[in-house]
Amino acid sequence: MVSQAPVDPVADRARAQRARLQAARAAAARVTDPEVPVLGIDDLGILHDVAIDEAGTVTVTILPTYSGCPAMGAIALGIEAELARDGFPEARVKLTNTPAWSTERMSEAAREKLRACGISPPERASGKRALFSPSPDVVCPRCGSPDTERVSEFGSTACKAHWRCRACREPFDHFKCI
Amino acid sequence: MSFASCDPRAAWLMRLGDTTLVLGHRMTEWLSRAPTLEEDIALANLGLDLIGQTRLFYTRACELEGGARDETDLAYRRAEPDYRNPLLVEQPNGNFADTMARHLIFAGFATPLYQRLAASCDAETAGIATRSARETTYHLRHAGEWMIRLGDGTDESHERAQAALDDLWPYVPELFEADDLDRAVAASGFGVDPSTLRDDFDAAVDDVLARARLAKPAEPRGQRGGKAGRHSEHLGHILAELQYLQRAYPDARW
Ligand SMILES: [Zn+2]
Repeated sequence: MVSQAPVDPVADRARAQRARLQAARAAAARVTDPEVPVLGIDDLGILHDVAIDEAGTVTVTILPTYSGCPAMGAIALGIEAELARDGFPEARVKLTNTPAWSTERMSEAAREKLRACGISPPERASGKRALFSPSPDVVCPRCGSPDTERVSEFGSTACKAHWRCRACREPFDHFKCI
Repeated sequence: MSFASCDPRAAWLMRLGDTTLVLGHRMTEWLSRAPTLEEDIALANLGLDLIGQTRLFYTRACELEGGARDETDLAYRRAEPDYRNPLLVEQPNGNFADTMARHLIFAGFATPLYQRLAASCDAETAGIATRSARETTYHLRHAGEWMIRLGDGTDESHERAQAALDDLWPYVPELFEADDLDRAVAASGFGVDPSTLRDDFDAAVDDVLARARLAKPAEPRGQRGGKAGRHSEHLGHILAELQYLQRAYPDARW
């Protein structure tokens, strides 16, 4: 059935704009964290907003994670590259500290992906723990045992601490909870 | 180019940035020299957090003063009197106990400072402070655990940890003394009056010292001046190294 819809240029343009915004968002969401390549910036809660203006220019807003995280520069470059590849060569990347990023922003899917690649995900309730209370339950991502111990508060990257499992004896990374 | 900022908000954020930059630089001096590999990584990460915070404070300060300068100008193109960090953070690393005692004092001060700054009327500053407070909480735990291990360890480690505290305590009062700038930004709801932070500092530090069997030093009259641009000899040496590249090759890029 062919309907003779009246031509509505305004609605057409709005539809096209929405489609371009969706395409831009999909391109940005393909970018992964260079230090944890299994995680997309969407999973991590870093990808905050994608907007498109009248002229068609895309602005991607991201939330920086740990203050000194050297990956932010690579992530911004990655976003520009992915957008350029999908036809948005003029895209801009903006960083904002409002709202403040925290590990609470990570999705459940992100936590599952971390476990699957041998990194124990951050516990919930960042920063609520008393200063010298016992370490929270960190479960070994390899064998699932809760019998684990911290080797160091700091690990291979700004976002990780170094732990080991007393049951299977394997060392593993724990994503720091902030 | 004028180096002091006439916007009090910017001047105050620069002071926070100066503090974290100088201490962050001190941490990098430990690279490859820490007592263990894990601690080497830990000290590098402490420094990385601090330098990251510096960039955020400086960048926001530059935005607030109108954008004529950027973080590079602030870090590399100012002289000693333009730096407004308290004297504590420029003190030399000394032995490992000295560094941990200095960090306990810093984190015990910075954590409640950032926690209150998270309620700043400037949303961007509040966001930076929210994240930074979680990081310095981590620092406080790390330095606190080491002070407990050293203080409650061997006779030698106990002696060194106590000596470190005694040596650094004269730099404590300056952290909590409010000057006109502190009072102005606190009154406007932008910043925090440091004299309101002392109880939180004492609670955290007293807890650590009790567990560490270390004595809290008597409150001395104290050394001050850094917040007004009058520094110990050490800052010049730090800046000579920190700024060497920009001074030798102005505007170098790579
Ligand atoms: Zn295990």
